[in-house]
Amino acid sequence: MNALLSHWRRHPVQALMLVLGLALATALWTGVQAINAEARASYDRAASTLAQDRLPRLVAPRITLADYVALRRAGWQVSPVIEGDWQSLRLVGIEPLTMPSEGEGSPDFLTDGVILSSEPVDDPRVRAADLPPGLALTDIGVAAGIFGQDISYLVLVSGAAPPGYSVIRPTGADLSQLTESFHLNLTAFGWLAFGVGLFIVHSAVGLAFEQRRAMFRTLRALGVSARRLAAMLLAELLIFALVAGAAGVGLGWLIAAALLPDVAATLRGLYGADVGGTLNLRAEWWLVGLAIAVLGTLVAAGQSVWRLWRMPPLAPAQPRAWARESARAMRMQALAGFGLWLAAALLLLVPGLWAGFGVLAGLLLGGALILPFALALVMRHFGGGAVAQWFWADTRQQLPGLSLALMALLLALAANIGVGTMVGSFRTTFTAWLDQRLAADLYVEAADAETSARLLDWLGDRATALPMIQTEDTLDGRPVEVVGMVDAALFRRAWPLLQAVPDAWDRLAAGEVFVNEQMGLSPGDVTGMGTVAGVYADYGNPMPQVILSMDRHRAAYPLPILRHALITDLPASAIREAFPTVAVQNQAAIREASVQVFERTFAVTGALNVLTLGVAALAIFASLLTLSALRLPQLAPVWAAGMTRGRLAGLEFLRTLALAALVWVLALPMGLALAWVLLAVVNVEAFGWRLPMRLFPGDWLRLGGLSLIAAALAAALPVRRLARVRPAELLKVFAHER
Amino acid sequence: MLTLTDIRKSYDTSEGSVTVLDGVSLSLPPGGTVALTGESGSGKSTLLHLAAGLDAPDGGSVEVAGQPMGRTDAERARMRRETVGLVFQQFNLIPSLDVAANMAFQARLAGRFDPAWQAELAGALGLSALLHRYPEQLSGGQQQRVAIGRALAGRPALILADEPTGNLDEATGDQVMALMLRLVADTGAALLMVTHSPRLAAMLDRHAHLRAGRLA
Repeated sequence: MNALLSHWRRHPVQALMLVLGLALATALWTGVQAINAEARASYDRAASTLAQDRLPRLVAPRITLADYVALRRAGWQVSPVIEGDWQSLRLVGIEPLTMPSEGEGSPDFLTDGVILSSEPVDDPRVRAADLPPGLALTDIGVAAGIFGQDISYLVLVSGAAPPGYSVIRPTGADLSQLTESFHLNLTAFGWLAFGVGLFIVHSAVGLAFEQRRAMFRTLRALGVSARRLAAMLLAELLIFALVAGAAGVGLGWLIAAALLPDVAATLRGLYGADVGGTLNLRAEWWLVGLAIAVLGTLVAAGQSVWRLWRMPPLAPAQPRAWARESARAMRMQALAGFGLWLAAALLLLVPGLWAGFGVLAGLLLGGALILPFALALVMRHFGGGAVAQWFWADTRQQLPGLSLALMALLLALAANIGVGTMVGSFRTTFTAWLDQRLAADLYVEAADAETSARLLDWLGDRATALPMIQTEDTLDGRPVEVVGMVDAALFRRAWPLLQAVPDAWDRLAAGEVFVNEQMGLSPGDVTGMGTVAGVYADYGNPMPQVILSMDRHRAAYPLPILRHALITDLPASAIREAFPTVAVQNQAAIREASVQVFERTFAVTGALNVLTLGVAALAIFASLLTLSALRLPQLAPVWAAGMTRGRLAGLEFLRTLALAALVWVLALPMGLALAWVLLAVVNVEAFGWRLPMRLFPGDWLRLGGLSLIAAALAAALPVRRLARVRPAELLKVFAHER
Repeated sequence: MLTLTDIRKSYDTSEGSVTVLDGVSLSLPPGGTVALTGESGSGKSTLLHLAAGLDAPDGGSVEVAGQPMGRTDAERARMRRETVGLVFQQFNLIPSLDVAANMAFQARLAGRFDPAWQAELAGALGLSALLHRYPEQLSGGQQQRVAIGRALAGRPALILADEPTGNLDEATGDQVMALMLRLVADTGAALLMVTHSPRLAAMLDRHAHLRAGRLA
């Protein structure tokens, strides 16, 4: 064992690479797992506390205490809720005796009327509690004292709904499905980064094996059995795995803690799901993180251990190119890659989110397998003078040794281009859509019908007020949002209709409906609420939505209209001054807030993109370091023929840059294909809407520049070593037995 | 063609400085052939490497084709590609290039490539049918013939050979040796060859023997 470990003492950089590769791979994987686990724990906490959010709600223009008492006496299983905004929290007042609860908070406020809050509030009644962020919970009596006696809504605990009330079904199931798709995205990224990290481990272990080949042979010749040698190598790897795994889990926790606030913003912005922005260090992460580090090490080192196991005692002492693969093997690998692409193409015909991820996996893995063959094919067409001819021929010869690192770079670049294109397309479409949807100057919302009426009177002819109303119902068995819309020139001009029959607005007024893209319907389709006259874009909304004419909506759902879009020159401040309780938002503020949510939403993917690219650069560095030790016999004859060490080193540097550039070129179509799958398959399955794909050549160039910088950094040390190699080292190649 | 004057070279080892060459002088006229013999460690290969500009002497001077060997890496590399052809015991072909490209490599690097001469050389060396094979697909004898072809392709003034048949069996070695001597004579180049074999040494014009870093 001492003989084995002494190798690492003599090659500390190699040991560092092994630990770093494994630690980074584990860190990114556990970081993503930690974020997912924390988010899921938040969902569970919310689900166990807020039974009222998971049950159908009964709404009516006004519900009084007397209405509730009458319903209970008549045998309807309902429970009252009074809620509103309080101290920048959502304060929910429930009636604990009739409200089913799986939470643990109820007994506290039953006795002394406290308010349980997720965040500290300067109020003697408030006690801190483990609640979803932004939520406070109390007895309905306390809430009535704050908001007044009127009941906000009734929760239907069981049975049918009483007459005279609109039923709003909960959307919890859809939410979990949607957030699940987001977590699946993160998990996919985590595995991608883990795989890229394992390339580094494979390189480092492979090099260590090659360098110790002679020692292994000697030990075998001295009578050490292959079994014992393999066991010692495994024990050595286990030590590395545990050290690097522990460092990786710690690093992963730091990454998760840094990214979690953005993830929380994403989930809140995209799906309305509340997740705490702080991270708890859970014991199971350590165990799972260490286990995955050990497993990853075994996978990455499997080939080396197997070769040691199979090595005959009289194996030749000549070091040979460690990952040398024949052209035939490269062709077979490419064939397997094309097979994966074919399978991915066939999977496009299968519906479902998992099929979409299958397409992504097939596309990425297939591309990675094809890469060495494609590079060799491309390079065959390059040539020129003696140096150029040797340069490209030699580069082709390096491919087997570099292929894993180049695959890692390809995956990182394709993921960057794919996700970048998706995010960019999303951003462009989303902001254009916001401009259409937020066409009015101001948006006002009154707390009650009376205030709303007074506001409209006050506005008079200083503003055109377009009423806005929305409720929830079921349509053909699925919960939908039902919006009432007035026929106004503003909406006719700006509403983002994607498909529509001729005279769609006239048909809406005549009783037909508009539906959002999430409904999955086309113009002419017939629904329980009417024939579809138009389909509109409704990005960011997880719910299917139907638009009725305002008259139809008023007839079907007799609710007070509290929201209005205003076309006016009045400043928001004038309305706020006259009506302090009315919420006034101007178009620009809403747009800005929405864009901010959007930007934070994709901050996580951006961060993971950069980290993955960094890991890929490290993989290239590890491979170059590995190869540089085996390169001298290949370079010495060229030096002897009259090329200086400096020029050789320059060419080695150029080779790394050329390979990075070629990989970038090949990553472009793959990244765009990835973006297409994300936009046209995964997004449609996960969210229900399809975004038009837009191209961002500026981003590609920036990424190309980044990959060149990464390659340059990775090549710097091995190239510097070559430039400074002493002639005596090169002469050994001619003098010694090889 | 080659003039070595008072060449000195020592190496630093863990046990201190070891003198390998201690004032060696040797002159080789155009077309002349010299066999350099000596015990293992006597400095034969080191002298050859210094003559080729692969390394720099600590003292003394090297002159090839009337030009002093340069002091910088770049100057020595230029001299090497333009005036010297090297043949090693281990062949040392470039593994990524086929036979034709290997033979032409140094000549093209020096801007002295002549396709007609390369074809003639390949024919004389019996390599015409092997031009598109790679080194790993050739036998030892074939590889050494390619190495000789590479050394001669640029018609250099000086050929330096380090045990060129040391890795071949006797019959093949003799064939390769005869071929090399004939082609060297055809091109008018001078030849300095390191060998252990008195039999091979006897085939050359002169014989120089190194002992403990000095010419005996």
